[in-house]
Amino acid sequence: MAFSLTPERQETLQDILSRYPNKMAATIPLLHLCQEQNGWVSDEVVDYVATTLELPTAHVFGVVTFYTLFFTHPMGKHHVWVCRTLSCALNGADEILERCKDKLGIDIGETTEDGQVSLHTAECLASCGTAPMMQIDKEYHENLTLDQVDVLLDRLRS
Amino acid sequence: MLKQTKILTKRYDLDESWTLQTYEKTGGYKQARRAMRMTREDIVAEMKAANLRGRGGAGFPMGVKWSFMPPKGDKPHYLAINADEGEPGTFKDRTIMEKDPHSVVEGCIIGCRGIGANAAYIYVRDELHLSKARLWDAIHEARKKGYLGAKPFGVDYPVDVFVHTGAGAYICGEETSLLNSLEGRRGEPRLKPPFPAQYGAFGMPTTVNNLESIAAAVPILEMGGDNFSQLSDLHHMRDGGSRLFGVSGHVNNPGTWECAVGLTLRELIYDLGGGVKGGELLGVIPGGSSTPILRPDEKVHAPNEDDPMHKWHGQSVLDVPMGVDTLRNCGTMLGTCCATVLSDQACPVLAMHNLMRFYRHESCGQCTPCREGSGWIERILDRIVAGEAEIEELDRLHEIAGNIMGNTICAFGEGTAMPALGFLKKFRKEFEDFVRTKGKSSTGRLTIAASSDHRAA
Repeated sequence: MAFSLTPERQETLQDILSRYPNKMAATIPLLHLCQEQNGWVSDEVVDYVATTLELPTAHVFGVVTFYTLFFTHPMGKHHVWVCRTLSCALNGADEILERCKDKLGIDIGETTEDGQVSLHTAECLASCGTAPMMQIDKEYHENLTLDQVDVLLDRLRS
Repeated sequence: MLKQTKILTKRYDLDESWTLQTYEKTGGYKQARRAMRMTREDIVAEMKAANLRGRGGAGFPMGVKWSFMPPKGDKPHYLAINADEGEPGTFKDRTIMEKDPHSVVEGCIIGCRGIGANAAYIYVRDELHLSKARLWDAIHEARKKGYLGAKPFGVDYPVDVFVHTGAGAYICGEETSLLNSLEGRRGEPRLKPPFPAQYGAFGMPTTVNNLESIAAAVPILEMGGDNFSQLSDLHHMRDGGSRLFGVSGHVNNPGTWECAVGLTLRELIYDLGGGVKGGELLGVIPGGSSTPILRPDEKVHAPNEDDPMHKWHGQSVLDVPMGVDTLRNCGTMLGTCCATVLSDQACPVLAMHNLMRFYRHESCGQCTPCREGSGWIERILDRIVAGEAEIEELDRLHEIAGNIMGNTICAFGEGTAMPALGFLKKFRKEFEDFVRTKGKSSTGRLTIAASSDHRAA
């Protein structure tokens, strides 16, 4: 089934297009907008972006596969990103990650069976002074303890 | 010398510091208003006098960079602001975006005026949702007031500012890669020349500045470039002003502080950072993971009196004022000025393993030496950590890192190879012991042991 944006997001798209001297520059913002609606970047989304911005499909697909935040297959409703780079690793990121795996019963890159949560590792999220940390959807959770991880993950699935 | 300042951070503690109301109450937008009535040359002259060395890591003088922009012809000029903040260990630009976003917008107005541009794009990494929201709110407030748009402050010179986001790629912090990403392409670095000042965003003359640098344009105009520069202990080395310093890792009090340039690593770690947590200092990465690690027992060697480093001859590298040129002369780099501290409970082999995994993951794959080399380095380290490596493989690591250096389009190659070589050279004994004992010589961890087994470990 062909993909199209909701009328509200269509308006956002017009605003995005007004920011740049050409249509191609809207590729990444439009992909974000589509993924926000669809949950992932399907082939239909790629076609839609290519048609809307008058670009080759291969260009759009090339962009999608370059950036780690675009998903090329269905994901959970919520995303948990655990930072594992040095400052967080020095402050216990491994334990945070293990707790997330245990608690969710999934490995890195997987989604819980109920489709609620996908677990990822992240590279440095610019939160080194408040390590260890993780990002859940759009929120940063900093200076984490294992107990807090439990509470946060429980809240996600309730 | 430890000299804390409140110039870039003067609004950090105020209520709703991110609103236009607070910003204007504390003198905001006066300099943009002034800049709109100044000539390009006068603005650039102030920036040059400020000796502001780019705050993103390379340390290039901002005023000089602005002066590379061609005189206004028929081509549009652009200002691109780098807020991709992804260098491991770095967390300073985020504080400006969250706490004082209007200073970025005002800096963009001054910057546009200074380089002959009518549009600025602030490239923020996608994960920083609060930063993006605060910047957009600030832009909308400024537009509503008529500070942005067709006639900012009543002057017939259109300026607009936009936030553009990436989608999770460390390499997009490299300036030409950032420009490709802004144009809607894969974030692969471009060959230079042509430099962005000739052929940048959308093929037009473009200046790319770090976010902290552009925010500093406001106090530079306010104080005058020379006064700003003189705040620094390294004014004589053309490294001026005050800047944000950060420290994280094994310290008791991690965070960011604004200080005059000239702070030493010892002051950053012990006076501001509260000292090393859980042991003695093993090493410090001075300014983001691409800068080679320093050991506390390293001394400055500059016996020649003409050497600019002679003043610190024989002293510990921890007591050298942190500047772009001073740290380069210590065999490392100032980078982003956010240090990462390792206590002696952390294993240097595991620390290098962690960082090299990062570089393998983030290599864009365009150049073979970097794409393959970063993978080989990680795989050899995997073997070392698993206790399967031979001692010769340490030399192979040297060789691979050496072959990445200078053989890639962008500086990511050096950013991978230099810290790799730093760890290998400075912790050679630890690496050899690790390989020989199959890891038994190591603490086996990066974290500090829980207090109960602290002494036993």
